[in-house]
Amino acid sequence: MSYHNPYTPPRKSATFDDYTLAEIRRAAATGIYDIRGAGTKRKVPHFDDLLFLGASISRYPLEGYREKCDTSVVLGARHAKKPIVLKTPITIAGMSFGALSGNAKEALGRGATIAGTSTTTGDGGMTDEERGHSQTLVYQYLPSRYGMNPKDLRRADAIEIVVGQGAKPGGGGMLLGQKISDRVANMRNLPKGIDQRSACRHPDWTGPDDLEIKIMELREITDWEKPIYVKVGGARPYYDTALAVKAGADVVVLDGMQGGTAATQDVFIENVGMPTLACIRPAVQALQDLGMHRKVQLIISGGIRSGADVAKALALGADAVAIGTAALVAIGDNDPHWEEEYQKLGTTAGAYDDWHEGKDPAGITTQDPELSKRLDPVAAGRRLANYLKVMTLEAQTIARACGKNHLHNLEPEDLVALTLEASAMAQVPLAGTSWIPGKGGF
Amino acid sequence: MDVSVKRESLEAMRVFDLATTPLRELNSALHTIAPGANDTNFEVVNPRGSHAVAVGIDQPVTVEVRGSVGYYCAGMNDGGAVTVHGSAGPGVAENMMSGTVVIEGDASQYAGATGRGGLLVIKGNAASRCGISMKGIDIVVQGNIGHMSAFMGQSGHLVVLGNAGDALGDSLYEAKLFVRGEVKSLGADCIQKEMKPKHLKLLAELLEKAGITGVSPEEFKRYGSARTLYNFNIDNADAY
Repeated sequence: MSYHNPYTPPRKSATFDDYTLAEIRRAAATGIYDIRGAGTKRKVPHFDDLLFLGASISRYPLEGYREKCDTSVVLGARHAKKPIVLKTPITIAGMSFGALSGNAKEALGRGATIAGTSTTTGDGGMTDEERGHSQTLVYQYLPSRYGMNPKDLRRADAIEIVVGQGAKPGGGGMLLGQKISDRVANMRNLPKGIDQRSACRHPDWTGPDDLEIKIMELREITDWEKPIYVKVGGARPYYDTALAVKAGADVVVLDGMQGGTAATQDVFIENVGMPTLACIRPAVQALQDLGMHRKVQLIISGGIRSGADVAKALALGADAVAIGTAALVAIGDNDPHWEEEYQKLGTTAGAYDDWHEGKDPAGITTQDPELSKRLDPVAAGRRLANYLKVMTLEAQTIARACGKNHLHNLEPEDLVALTLEASAMAQVPLAGTSWIPGKGGF
Repeated sequence: MDVSVKRESLEAMRVFDLATTPLRELNSALHTIAPGANDTNFEVVNPRGSHAVAVGIDQPVTVEVRGSVGYYCAGMNDGGAVTVHGSAGPGVAENMMSGTVVIEGDASQYAGATGRGGLLVIKGNAASRCGISMKGIDIVVQGNIGHMSAFMGQSGHLVVLGNAGDALGDSLYEAKLFVRGEVKSLGADCIQKEMKPKHLKLLAELLEKAGITGVSPEEFKRYGSARTLYNFNIDNADAY
């Protein structure tokens, strides 16, 4: 009897999957690493891996639409004469004019203002439009100091010293020449058309002791009026939070690796920094150890998409959150309406991340005047306001179900985890057990 | 120093003794001057290395600081004339917009960092990273400067009568550098350039503004950006 070898289907490597093979070929063909915008695209433990328990016999809920559930937050009362008071704990993260069009910045300001929250400048300075359209504007103090000046410092409502961001802790940035319009070039004191490097560390201080003096200088310049935030990427959240508090910060902004960037290397975005979920509890622990929880506020960002995410971040101990990517989506980024044009760019709606190239069909991550015109800042601002209000309502819904009359009353005890990883990171029990990895007990 | 003699000749000065007066009072007073006001002369005694002395000035005041200061003296100065009769710590005149800052002694790291305008004169030496990320400021150092000075300098002028340390002008953009003495090494993309008549004229004006006499512009060499790193090219990666 003859033996016929049965057919076995071709097997692709899990290690060398199609995307990896394509990346190797792309690198070999071009000689340059991949640069893109947005945050990590890999799957990491996230808020989706947590669930709220809700009320039961031992806890009673609050009536939806009837019993009050406060969402307001005060930021910066530790030292500032004029703390920030917001109606919702969902703020808009720093994004620059330069990376974004003027219309996009205006839309963010309009939407945030309608919803009663703050928006934030970015690397490139403050424009009159965003100041005018933002009731509460946080002015970023970045290593590049592009556009930094004392007049804008004084007309800001708060100052955010940026040490790092979640997409690239330890990295600077680069605004490529094709996005440098005359106005952007003028704001940054550089010739038009050349790549503008944003430094990875501040030019006039290094380390926490210097930071303390830098914060004191900024307070003196602004007569101790403005809250001073310190923003860090998700690297060493316990120590970074403790050192920021020691240096005198009023607010700590902690950005996990899902947080977006206008442009950096894909290898950086995907391989440096920690998931947002892994950052919150160590930061809260640092605040608690110092007796500063709720005195120095903690703003969490990186992958916040819904009111559930907001509620979970707050339950883990944050005072507020910031959204960047989600806000851009709300105003029209990656909208299927532009699918035909995304296809021409070799991508598809939902995957477009070449924000550094300035060709955004939605008119958001561009300085092209024709593309920018596509975004109506009034209508886009309204969409953002709607989205912020929906998220706030969603968070309230969950908080009421947990019996809380303020979002800040949510607590880790309200949560369980679906996975071991999320349980360990969030330090809440695995669902159906009383077990938290690393905390003992079964 | 005999402060009393000096004070006698400057009767109109408002004197702040930082041994007995909080820094906040000094900076607050500097920030509450109405445009066109007459009481614009300030004297600071016993600074004793205080940080953030005379920061955020936004009117054409004069400030005489009798002694040495810590970090960020005259930070973000916009129109003031500040003289430190001593030495200055890190970041003196950082992000200056306009006006004049004179340091009679030495300056520590990052002098004039990110400055956008005005004139910073350092009569002694300046440490490393002098003029880092400068964006329009003019800096004149009568002594030597340390390593990595004018790093990523975008615009403005750095004039050094003495020597420069390692990696001068690393990753330079459009700032112009003039050094009279030796340069230990040049940073990435920084090259020596021809000193043309327009540069000699510019340098003469800078020296005059800084009150320096007896030095000829012809004694200096000019350094600037080779502009080869202005747009990213993978074949330049070895330069970093």
